[in-house]
Amino acid sequence: MPGAIYAEGLVKTFGEVRALDGVDLDVPEGSVLGLLGPNGAGKTTTVRVLTTLLRPDAGRAVVAGHDVVAEPDAVRHNIGLSGQFAAVDEYLTGRENLQMVGELYQMSSRAARARAVELLEQFDLADAGDRPTKTYSGGMRRRLDLAAALVVKPPVMFMDEPTTGLDPRNRMLLWEVIESLVAGGTTLLLTTQYLEEADRLAHDIAVVDHGRVIARGTADQLKAQTGGERVEVVVHDRDLLGTATEVLHGFSKGESTVDQHTRKITVPVSGGAKLLAEVIRELDGRGVEIDDIGLRRPTLDDVFLSLTGHVAEEKSEAQDEAEPRGAAGGKGKKERG
Amino acid sequence: MTATMTKPQVAGGDGQARGALARSVRDSLVVARRNLVRMLRIPEVVIFGIIQPVMFVLLFAYVFGGAISIPGAAAADRSAYREFMMAGVFAQTVTFATAGASAGIADDMHKGLIDRFRALPMARGAVLTGRTLADLVQSAVTVLVLMGCALVVGWRIHEGLPKALAAFGLLLLLGYGFSWIGALIGLSVRTPEAATSAGLVWLFPLTFMSNAFVPTNNMPTVVRHIADWNPFSTTVQASRELFGNQFQPVASDAWPMQHPVLASLLWSLLITVVFRTLAVRKYRSATV
Repeated sequence: MPGAIYAEGLVKTFGEVRALDGVDLDVPEGSVLGLLGPNGAGKTTTVRVLTTLLRPDAGRAVVAGHDVVAEPDAVRHNIGLSGQFAAVDEYLTGRENLQMVGELYQMSSRAARARAVELLEQFDLADAGDRPTKTYSGGMRRRLDLAAALVVKPPVMFMDEPTTGLDPRNRMLLWEVIESLVAGGTTLLLTTQYLEEADRLAHDIAVVDHGRVIARGTADQLKAQTGGERVEVVVHDRDLLGTATEVLHGFSKGESTVDQHTRKITVPVSGGAKLLAEVIRELDGRGVEIDDIGLRRPTLDDVFLSLTGHVAEEKSEAQDEAEPRGAAGGKGKKERG
Repeated sequence: MTATMTKPQVAGGDGQARGALARSVRDSLVVARRNLVRMLRIPEVVIFGIIQPVMFVLLFAYVFGGAISIPGAAAADRSAYREFMMAGVFAQTVTFATAGASAGIADDMHKGLIDRFRALPMARGAVLTGRTLADLVQSAVTVLVLMGCALVVGWRIHEGLPKALAAFGLLLLLGYGFSWIGALIGLSVRTPEAATSAGLVWLFPLTFMSNAFVPTNNMPTVVRHIADWNPFSTTVQASRELFGNQFQPVASDAWPMQHPVLASLLWSLLITVVFRTLAVRKYRSATV
């Protein structure tokens, strides 16, 4: 049985640019899928197709049991969408915004008004509820935007880069809200450029690049796929780098790297924390003084790098356009990043 | 921030079945209310919307007026031009609402609000209908204030209240049709700034190549034909007749000038139907 969100071979082209090049997804009810990828990878386009905002050129998508092309209205009754830009009317108050959205979800005015009060309370906006949202901080607006997406307690939620541009405190606050939402049984599709966010919130991760899903699995599976853990040692005395490398070679499960400048040696290992103690003992025995040592598990950054050959974050427009595959830059613009 | 969520329920597609028309009307009114609340919170927009035509009235009445002779009026009758041009200013005022609609819709697109609306289970045309209805209310208020000013400078209603109300209705209908053109422009341009100028720039030739401010009898033939068939002229002529602001029957024998009330009604309905269809279609596929 297909999940709450199901997509098969989605294709969408904008002129010459193939923004989606056959995207397949299957999100079981009550789970969270993190759609991870750089600017222009096709994340936003995917969300726009699944939320009925964009018609796919090919492929099929079913959300909450309804086909997005054949029954868009039925899909809209069952989804909440929260985007990158806090889409609230800045001249209306928080309360008026929520009430309007409730009424447009076809709730009665009375029910919409009551729900607005409830949501303002839940999202810590009760005191600001009667102020135009123009006076809100960025974090407050983002919270209101999320509240607007939750007016009808939709079974399926889409969040397109919900925390982009937020400060760490507000990011944490939103993460908590998202977690309680998922605990309540909501199915969530979340796009993000922040690997940390996908790692924390998503049960499953789909890595998207150039309009295709290039890898999927749990965070742990993806990390295991990239390679196991590594030991990193920073040697105090540059002259002893050679000796230390020799020692670490004995533990290595693959190719080790030595950075002369930072005096850092990295070797892939297996054996966990116990191994770390042995490494320290042996280095000590050879008289190598160390500044720092650590066992490092691969992060999703590493996963991303090894899958796509480029880093996920901090990829500027300029770099995008400098790439030989000029399409990436164009896609980025089409998608508004 | 403790969000206690109850288990969400899947809602059926037409579970909360309402008549399509009832839904469309209610959704449009919800959006119209939103736009009216916005207008009240940004009163500058409404105020400048009134100042501009008042300025036109004063400029035309006291600067140009003396140089323009009105067919059928005595050359010495200084109030004749004021009577003549007022219908033109009213009509120009309602058509300038186009710029408001285009800027407003473009701004909603830019801010992501159109995306939010499009992902809601609401009637297709309601976002645009709500906007045009709010513009209609604004136009009505503006024209009423303007009529007050017009009375002060010497404009009069000569044909009785029912006909005056009919003229008022025709003016608003023209404005309503034009605000759909504005909606289409707003959906088609990239930025709100572009929408403001794109909503205004073509209105100048349209409203001046008409019978609004000068009689058409001295225009070159080609321009006169354009002016006679211009939907804007038609409504101006209809209002002029219904208010009783002309001093002799219109000289042109073009059909819209001979039957201005009917022609005005047909033009405005045609504009509304055509541009509403185009704008709603554009809205359904709107992408930024």
